[in-house]
Amino acid sequence: MFDDREPKVPKVPYAVAGSQSENKTGSWRDQKPVVDKNKCINCGLCALHCPDGAIEIDSNGAKINYDYCKGCLICQNICPVNAISSEREQK
Amino acid sequence: MVNERFIGGKKTIEGSIAVAETVINSEPDVIACFPITPSTHIAEHLDKAYTNGRVKSFVAVDSEFAAISTIVGASAAGARAFSTTSSQGLALMHEVLFAAAGLRLPLVMVVANRSLSAPLSIWNDHQDTMSERDSGWIQFYCESNQEVVDTIPLAYKVAEENQLPAMVCMDGFYLTHAVEQIIIPNHDDIIGFIGKYNPKIKLDPDNPVAMGVYAKPEHYQAFRVNLDRDMFKVKSSIVKHTNDWYGKLNRVHDNGLFEDYYASDADYVLIAVSSVCGNIKETVDKLREKGERVGLLRIKTFRPFPYKEVFDVIKNSRSVGVFEKSLSMGAYTPIYQDVLTSLNISSDDKRDIPLSSFIGGLGGRDIIEEHIIEMFKQIRKEKPIRDYVW
Repeated sequence: MFDDREPKVPKVPYAVAGSQSENKTGSWRDQKPVVDKNKCINCGLCALHCPDGAIEIDSNGAKINYDYCKGCLICQNICPVNAISSEREQK
Repeated sequence: MVNERFIGGKKTIEGSIAVAETVINSEPDVIACFPITPSTHIAEHLDKAYTNGRVKSFVAVDSEFAAISTIVGASAAGARAFSTTSSQGLALMHEVLFAAAGLRLPLVMVVANRSLSAPLSIWNDHQDTMSERDSGWIQFYCESNQEVVDTIPLAYKVAEENQLPAMVCMDGFYLTHAVEQIIIPNHDDIIGFIGKYNPKIKLDPDNPVAMGVYAKPEHYQAFRVNLDRDMFKVKSSIVKHTNDWYGKLNRVHDNGLFEDYYASDADYVLIAVSSVCGNIKETVDKLREKGERVGLLRIKTFRPFPYKEVFDVIKNSRSVGVFEKSLSMGAYTPIYQDVLTSLNISSDDKRDIPLSSFIGGLGGRDIIEEHIIEMFKQIRKEKPIRDYVW
């Protein structure tokens, strides 16, 4: 029944390295962390603690990749200078 | 590394040790076992073999869950792997059994059949493996120790060719602890038959992959359907390799799927699995000497179930009974359900064959000649019943 709808899959359920980057998880986010660049001291603690590896530190401070940030707000909690605030995601 | 080999040949030996020697001759890369009665002697002997440098590795684990998880990891990395367990141990493995089948890992595990608690019992019935029949593992039920040792290489061959795990089920104590003359297949014959294991997809640092990843609803069903379809296809592979392997050994136990002991030439047929079939054959011989047209159909491969093949054997009989050492509480027993399905989907002339269900031998109760004669007496009434054998 409905044979034309059957998806083609490999025999073994496996994924090649890096393929998870195609799976953008930013849409799961309810709370959105926002960095205040004026307060950020480039300490890198938020990037170390981010469970999704979605924060990069450069000379301008922390930069959040909203394609993968799930909005757990660990970065907001860990920030020693309260440079990260959060706002409700609008959908 | 492996410096001593058991040269094949006839030995007076305990069933468990014969199994371990056959496993050693099959050259597994990784063995992980946790001892549990009645499979303990297999694990002990393999551990000893590792100490003596006769197998490449033996992982001493802290539970059956760790044992199966270890060989799943090893197999995913491309190793030929082996484990053995019983009863509660198999129940503890439950979760990983499904993962192993879903990951398409050709593990081979010998299960020494034992009853499940409660009440606690160490003796034989088939509740442990029958409860795992939906896991996606191929299941072979063996009648004798000779058949068990001959089936282990066959299980590796079929498993690795079809990328599906296989359980070789042997009755606890009746077989595992029986000392008898057994011919152990030699190393060169086994390796000549099963070859080296070299999967296309494996965990490899040079070519990294993640296995067992998450599948969304749009893909999950497709993986499971593939598994189901491939399981049905395994039957032809089993028949083919059984012919080759038994031909090489010059021994025949069955045709790979079942053993027809006068069943296709009988009016009244009893269907059963494993070691109790020895007693049934003796009884069938005696009854046939008296002129009674009775027979035994011994199911060897229970998963995948040989529906068409079973029907072809029993289609001319007048009445059939299924004897089982397991239960599905509040329902008819596992093999009975499958035999009934085989009658339903294969019969085109709508001729009803009365099918009776006998349950007994639970927790090590012996099934002897008088029980079997009584079962045939009930089958001869040509009226389906469901009853317990005491």
